[in-house]
Amino acid sequence: MACDLTQTLLHGYLDGELDAVRAQEFERHLESCAQCVEQLEAQEAMRSRLQAGKLYEAAPRQLAVRLRAELAGTREKKSWGSLRLWKWATATAVAAALVLAVIAATNLRSGRGEDALVAQALDAHVRALQPGHLTDVLSTDQHTVKPWFDGKLDYVPPVKNFSESGFPLVGARLDVLQGKSVATLVYGRRKHYISLFVWVPKSGEAEPARSGSRNGYQWVYWSAQGMEFCAVSDVSAGDLQNLAELMRE
Amino acid sequence: MRKGSRDLLEPRDNERFERLVMPHMDAAFNFARWLLRSRADAEDAAQEAMVRAVRFFGGFQGGDPRAWLLRIVRNTCYSWLEKNRPAELMMEFDETIHLTDTSASPEASALAADERQRLSAALESLPARSREVLVLRELEGCSYKEISAITGIPMGTVMSTLARARERLQETLRRGEGREVRYGV
Repeated sequence: MACDLTQTLLHGYLDGELDAVRAQEFERHLESCAQCVEQLEAQEAMRSRLQAGKLYEAAPRQLAVRLRAELAGTREKKSWGSLRLWKWATATAVAAALVLAVIAATNLRSGRGEDALVAQALDAHVRALQPGHLTDVLSTDQHTVKPWFDGKLDYVPPVKNFSESGFPLVGARLDVLQGKSVATLVYGRRKHYISLFVWVPKSGEAEPARSGSRNGYQWVYWSAQGMEFCAVSDVSAGDLQNLAELMRE
Repeated sequence: MRKGSRDLLEPRDNERFERLVMPHMDAAFNFARWLLRSRADAEDAAQEAMVRAVRFFGGFQGGDPRAWLLRIVRNTCYSWLEKNRPAELMMEFDETIHLTDTSASPEASALAADERQRLSAALESLPARSREVLVLRELEGCSYKEISAITGIPMGTVMSTLARARERLQETLRRGEGREVRYGV
């Protein structure tokens, strides 16, 4: 006759889910029930097999990237559906246009517009937004991201996480600008992404800070501590300037 | 915008979501992979579940974020199964799914099948409702309380559900090793 306990308590015992009293009771039962002993051994053996079988399958790396891209997309789609957001968007657009006009005027005065380097940075950012291209290393931890660049570049880019200021570090990747590998840090900003390109200038001579926009993408260029920086995103110019400020601190 | 649903996360919630929920992406994928028996379908389901998790995150009152996420993954996978493979959900506990053997000769497959394949095939042949408790317990290391929270199986029934699932798995493995695998009908 089958022992009733093999079908119930034995599994609770195996899983460590019995309270002390019931566990003791079951142990006493084991002393007199060969069937339960045999079954317990068989179940323990099967558990070992399952664990040794490496059945756990971790998520493919691109899933996190796809997910973040999808979430960014969801936000935009939903935003356009709402009248209130329409108004808000219009107001923002007007404000942005004003900001752009000022920036454009500044650029005209300084005689500098979007140069080849910035154009390449913009293209690199847009390409990175394609599924699976955003980051080569996905981590919000600056101590994971920074060492990742070791041996890939001949300089050490400053890697900081500004999540407390609303610019969480998402990860990093390598890009090529003007034939040279550069570090790209990826920051999040309200479900949007910012690519921050960091490189060492060829001449060592710092150029003046400047900014601009193309096809709805904003860019800000500056240099600090012997390195050049270019941030590109579809967030507002103000947001990019904030990030530039944080980086300079 | 619908009430009670959140499409956007405030920066603060966004940070909370990244910290609490995103680390359980592997658990979400693994659970979906074993429920749907396919990596490709699991990728879609896990992604959909995560998007739903973002939407419902406003209603997350704290507690165990993994169990909360896995419950959403389970609902997503069951809806997907209902739509695409309803027969799998109709199965009783004592039935097994007939797996199609893709290799040419049964002898070759028996020899070539390594331990992981054997275990994986045995697990996949169980009905979803048996399979899920085994995956949660043996692969994900969930407690009975968590299993109950994720699957909706009453706390008092988790133990007997696991017992039956383990018995089925044991029997399937024993049968497979005796080379009595049936090939379709």
